[in-house]
Amino acid sequence: MVSDAAGARARDASGQGFSTADLVGRTAPLLFLLVLIAVLAWLEPGFRTERNLFNVLRQVSVIGIMAVGMTFVILTAGIDLSVGSILAFCGMMAAVVARGSRSLLEGSDPGGIQVLWAALAAMAVGLVLGLFQGALVGYLKIPAFVVTLGGLGAWRGATLLLSEGQPISTFSDDFKWWGQGFIGKVPVPVIVFLLFVIVAFIILRYSQYGRWIYALGGNEEAARLSGLNTNLLITSVYGISGFCAGVAGFLLTARLNSAEQVAGQGDELQVIAAVVIGGTSLFGGEGGVIGTFIGAMLIGVLNNGLVMLKVSPYWQPIVVGAVVVLSVFIDQFAKRRRRRV
Amino acid sequence: MTGISKSFPGVRALDNVSLEVRAGECLALVGENGAGKSTLMKIVSGVYPADAGTIEIDGQQVHPRSPSHAQSLGVSIIYQEFNLFPNLTVEENIFIGREPNRAGFVRWRTLRTDALAFLSRLGVNLDPRAKVRDLSVAQQQMVEIAKALSLDARVVIMDEPTSALTEMEAAALFRIIRGLKEAGLGVIFIGHRLEEIMAICDRVTVLRDGQNAGELSIEEATPDRIVQMMVGRPVDELYAESTEGTAGEIVLSARGLRRSGSAADASAVVLEDIDLDLRAGEILGVAGLVGSGRTELARAIFGADPIDGGEILLDGTPVRIGGPKDAIRLGIALVPEDRKLQALVLPLSVRENISLPNLSRMSRFGFVRRQDERRLVDRFIEALRIRTPSQTQRVVNLSGGNQQKVVLAKWLAREPRVLIVDEPTRGIDIGAKAEVHTLLRELADSGVAVMMISSELPEVLRMSDRIVVMRQGRITGELSRSEATQERVMELATGLHGERVA
Repeated sequence: MVSDAAGARARDASGQGFSTADLVGRTAPLLFLLVLIAVLAWLEPGFRTERNLFNVLRQVSVIGIMAVGMTFVILTAGIDLSVGSILAFCGMMAAVVARGSRSLLEGSDPGGIQVLWAALAAMAVGLVLGLFQGALVGYLKIPAFVVTLGGLGAWRGATLLLSEGQPISTFSDDFKWWGQGFIGKVPVPVIVFLLFVIVAFIILRYSQYGRWIYALGGNEEAARLSGLNTNLLITSVYGISGFCAGVAGFLLTARLNSAEQVAGQGDELQVIAAVVIGGTSLFGGEGGVIGTFIGAMLIGVLNNGLVMLKVSPYWQPIVVGAVVVLSVFIDQFAKRRRRRV
Repeated sequence: MTGISKSFPGVRALDNVSLEVRAGECLALVGENGAGKSTLMKIVSGVYPADAGTIEIDGQQVHPRSPSHAQSLGVSIIYQEFNLFPNLTVEENIFIGREPNRAGFVRWRTLRTDALAFLSRLGVNLDPRAKVRDLSVAQQQMVEIAKALSLDARVVIMDEPTSALTEMEAAALFRIIRGLKEAGLGVIFIGHRLEEIMAICDRVTVLRDGQNAGELSIEEATPDRIVQMMVGRPVDELYAESTEGTAGEIVLSARGLRRSGSAADASAVVLEDIDLDLRAGEILGVAGLVGSGRTELARAIFGADPIDGGEILLDGTPVRIGGPKDAIRLGIALVPEDRKLQALVLPLSVRENISLPNLSRMSRFGFVRRQDERRLVDRFIEALRIRTPSQTQRVVNLSGGNQQKVVLAKWLAREPRVLIVDEPTRGIDIGAKAEVHTLLRELADSGVAVMMISSELPEVLRMSDRIVVMRQGRITGELSRSEATQERVMELATGLHGERVA
């Protein structure tokens, strides 16, 4: 026992020396974001405007909402490649419901209740698709990568079938408000995004469910032997991810005033990038939604800044790719330092 | 090998151990779990360096630096878990990394003829093109032996080679071992089953607590003498005394519990015909060799693995345990064998680990009441004297003993009626061990039914009010505290007893 106590003391003492590395590792994305904002604000007066700030936020909100859902999935050491396609399918579903209700088309009476139906359709379909994929992962034990890779193709195809290859465009003002409107000075999608971040934060930090997610991601066998229903939990996180993609699809359709077949194509990679940049480990059990928010913002600011600085758009994916690798490297470097005790 | 010593942090694993094996003989290396057999073999095969001592092969002093270096020196080891690539074929496995080639292109025809040559030297009929994944355990073992031959091995070490074999397969293996002996190789046979050792080996070296406990030629050796050498050590005085006669009502019973099938062999018997009663206020020790089904029994009762037959009764009423969740609800707790893989969520804190199975009680509307949680965790950190700088310390940073206390705490917080502990003191230091023992005794005294699985015989003997011994998935005997001796338990565990009766 003496050795135990001494060991604990030694760890304590050395812990002090490592907290710098630890702190840098944890706050690296935030520091990077702040530096980037400062540099851009200095270089480019156009970046500093309130309008541009909200513009960035609005652009990021669709990816960001999906990234909130993806955080749950990745915390369990899973992955969801299907979010872009679910977004397209749900966005199209909202449009179909809106068209069916007639009143939502341009020129007719704007009817709030029909907007609600369209939104509910998008959310419900997203949730169901997500739960379906989740059940395949959780109960049938098919690898998440495979299931959602299948979903990536299948839901895109379903979108084409649903729309018969044609985009569905021009909606009533009530509908468009969800994508283009403001509450005060803040764009509506931004408010939805922030709401999702806050709710997810509270769930992950303070609820039983949140604890279960971290335990499951940290050690699935220990979680099962502690009495958690691991299969159901796995299923649920894909449901959350699908639900978020559904909401994002509805908002995107409203913002573009059109449901496109190619909506969200390739978004899954940006969404995963946002989560990973935010410090959530792909091996599960570590990370959180605040990091995801920062990660999403970082991607948004980078893209916006590059446009403002008139850098060729071809550079954007290269820069984002480099940032993903760099941030994971910093994170792992800090962790290695921390664990070398 | 002479005068080999090896220490790990906190443990002296080997102390001045010597061993020699001659060309053309089979040496049996026996000892209890933890006696140092594996460490010794890992040193000779280059996995660990020795702290002191020398290794000679054919009179030449050698210093194996790595497993591949040891192989080039002529030492091949065949572990219980094979080092094969299941996705590759037999011939590819035999020559892995050493494929006959021309300018980097594999000469498949040479590969095949060479592989066939080694297989036929062993007298085994195996298709060199078969994938290893499709072979039986015994056949995979043949591939390992062929690989050793192809490496020009002088000494072949086999770590419990028969543990996963049927009797027929074991007989075939013995024929091969005799062939190796005739070819002038030395064989080191690590095993528990004394009847096998008597059948195949020429000499026996016994290890105990990391030291040489004696050596016998097979003519002098009797199973009794071997067992005595294996266990004949002064019993550690640290163990808490058991108090006989305090046992109360039967809380948990198993009737005809049965489970078959493993990953390697679907027809293997895992558990067969298990009848067991566990009383309130007693510590029931479960002894047996590694692989005898002790852990499987614990997991079956806890619902961690499905059972194929039989029933479990709680207070005399049959209960359905479909998973750990059901068991926990019924007041059963399991402290599993491997705390890092099965019990702890390493990246999470002490607090989060302890509260994990207790969250529902401490939550309102699905949200954890942080104050209740902190209070509960504090109570157990104090009661179990868990040495941690804070509740938020990650468990990965705690010592083994404190980690084990965290695991115990998370279950004790649920106030279980039945506590199953599997190797509760494995890999923890002596002080923590005594604390765990005291704790288990206090729990039993307070009326909890404790079932304790342990590979350490002295621990089982000192702690248990009653001992059941398992062998090959069956309970081979039950001993009261007064009947139990190390020799009796070992006899039941190795099956020697049954043979003598027959």
